[in-house]
Amino acid sequence: MTTVWVPCDAASLSVGADEVADRLTAAGVTVRRNGSRGMLWLEPLVEVETPRGRVGYAGVSPADVPALLAGALAPTEQCVGVVDEHPWLAAQHRVSFARVGVIEPTDLAAYRELGGLRGLERALNLSPEQVVAEVTASGLRGRGGAGFPAGIKWETVRTASADVKFVCCNADEGDSGTFADRMLIEGDPFTLVEGMAISAVAVGATEGYVYLRSEYPHAVRTLRRAIDIAYAHGVLGESVLGSGRRFDLDVRVGAGAYICGEETSMLESLEGRRGEVRAKPPIPALEGLFGRPTVVNNVLTLASVPMILADGGEAYAALGTGRSRGTQVFQLAGNVARGGIVEADFGISLGELVEGFGGGTASGRPVKAVQVGGPLGAYLPPERFDLPLDYEAFTDAGAMVGHGGVVVWDDTMDAARMARFAMEFCVKESCGKCTPCRIGSTRGVEVLDRIRAAQDDGVRRTQLVLLEDLCTTMTKGSLCAMGGLTPMPVRSALEHFPEDFGLPAPTTEGVRP
Amino acid sequence: MRQRGPGPAPAPAPADQGRAASVRVIAEELRGVRGPLLPVLHEVVATLGFVHEDDVPVIAEVLNLSRADVHGVVTFYHDFRRTPPADHRVSLCRGEACQARGAEQTYAVAADRWSASPDVEVAEVFCLGNCALGPAGTIDGILHGRLSPERLAGLTDGWPR
Repeated sequence: MTTVWVPCDAASLSVGADEVADRLTAAGVTVRRNGSRGMLWLEPLVEVETPRGRVGYAGVSPADVPALLAGALAPTEQCVGVVDEHPWLAAQHRVSFARVGVIEPTDLAAYRELGGLRGLERALNLSPEQVVAEVTASGLRGRGGAGFPAGIKWETVRTASADVKFVCCNADEGDSGTFADRMLIEGDPFTLVEGMAISAVAVGATEGYVYLRSEYPHAVRTLRRAIDIAYAHGVLGESVLGSGRRFDLDVRVGAGAYICGEETSMLESLEGRRGEVRAKPPIPALEGLFGRPTVVNNVLTLASVPMILADGGEAYAALGTGRSRGTQVFQLAGNVARGGIVEADFGISLGELVEGFGGGTASGRPVKAVQVGGPLGAYLPPERFDLPLDYEAFTDAGAMVGHGGVVVWDDTMDAARMARFAMEFCVKESCGKCTPCRIGSTRGVEVLDRIRAAQDDGVRRTQLVLLEDLCTTMTKGSLCAMGGLTPMPVRSALEHFPEDFGLPAPTTEGVRP
Repeated sequence: MRQRGPGPAPAPAPADQGRAASVRVIAEELRGVRGPLLPVLHEVVATLGFVHEDDVPVIAEVLNLSRADVHGVVTFYHDFRRTPPADHRVSLCRGEACQARGAEQTYAVAADRWSASPDVEVAEVFCLGNCALGPAGTIDGILHGRLSPERLAGLTDGWPR
């Protein structure tokens, strides 16, 4: 009996994976559902078990099923060979994503077999101080975008005293061009559950919440099922793995507000209020959810923790570059030939990502720009492809790594239009609490409209002065990163693509005259 | 999610007794969880289609909140719609990654096609997490990738215009 794996990841479903699975089942084949390998341009990527390993077939449609089962696709281009040996995967370093696409997402036995729960078991045999020390030694920094050292945050929560402490996972992955949180939750949710349980053990928390976007219904279902299974097997509940320590975990679904990806806004939303950001201090580590000490970490941060505890902080710290330790899960999206998940050690260059893994644009036209780090990240031209993916190197270049999303654009892109879009997006998604963000973004749209429509250079120059002034006000005066970083795509678009704003093109040194 | 269409829908008719009772049951069932308001509102939308203005005082009373608190939350979040849904709904992503693959054209075609239709809502969304297979969108709640005006027309074949 043939066994065929068909991904159940939302991306794969969006191009017909369920229909393929139904057709295979009807043909009498054993169908198993894995997450996605992250080679999204190949989806639906169907894998047939063979003595050599799982052999992949790309872009399978229901009509291809008879030929697939007859072996007629093996000699065609649709066959990509043994998936584990695929050069695109073999060139990566999958740590957080080691099991994604390999196992059935909620198969706890398979999870254990591939190293799952070793981290939690070890954490339960260490003191909380030692667990935090491992995370600190690993150099792990927050993957949500800010890059704050996770160990320092955990230590703050650990040493705070309160009747109850919380661990909250920020899974409100609203940045366009990012989907790693979703794919991890849909492909290997126990890694997140384990990471949160370790965090709870380390800081003395008894309750956890995953704040997950409503735009991710498949992830919500998978995570809820995983949590139920974890309870049934004693991974969660009144005695985590028999340790006598309690940890309860629940999923809370967002309601379509981008701003709730900002940690304090997320906490407000979890408490049942409008997602308006809070002023800091007090920091959430001391006064977070319901005013109690709270760990707030991104999905990928928490998903890195099981491996750190299993293999030791030093092993994780050995990867990466500078102060950016470990691996980052990059996401290639937009107009890119080979889009998907690239997990690699920090330090890989932007060009290796976009041209090496990504293969340039999907349209076949030249790359004009890439936007790194979501809607609030900078637009960079191919001349900056030498930049290493490293928090500090990106900051120095006026950009940010953010959540690791890379959106590729071809030469039909209009940078001035995208600068305007950045302001327009801020108008729509600002929570409205602080003035620079609420009003500045509307003024930004107006100023950019005037620049784009300017017929004479004098008007244009005047408006550019206003735009610069406005960007400074938003950057320095906003309460959170929404208003504070909206100027980043605007300024970078202007710096690197002045010709789109009606200004002279940059000189060879990249300096605007 | 914001809508394009024939202008604001008419205000729904006053809620009947049965609706108020259903809302009360939902609110009472979820009252015990921490921060119950969002879960309650999600459940109201899931079972009754939208949040009626008359639901607000019922929820406020059960959860011991002010009406203003509940109203403020309902109006902050895109998901808590306040009018009954149309028969069909197309939500198209207008995030950067989908724009880089031509989402704006698909969105314009859809908005134009159904601009006068009372049966089809066209909404913009910002990111469905399908950024490598864009343009992405949901059609009656089902996620689709690699959308184009042609593919959208094929997927909505037979719908009212």
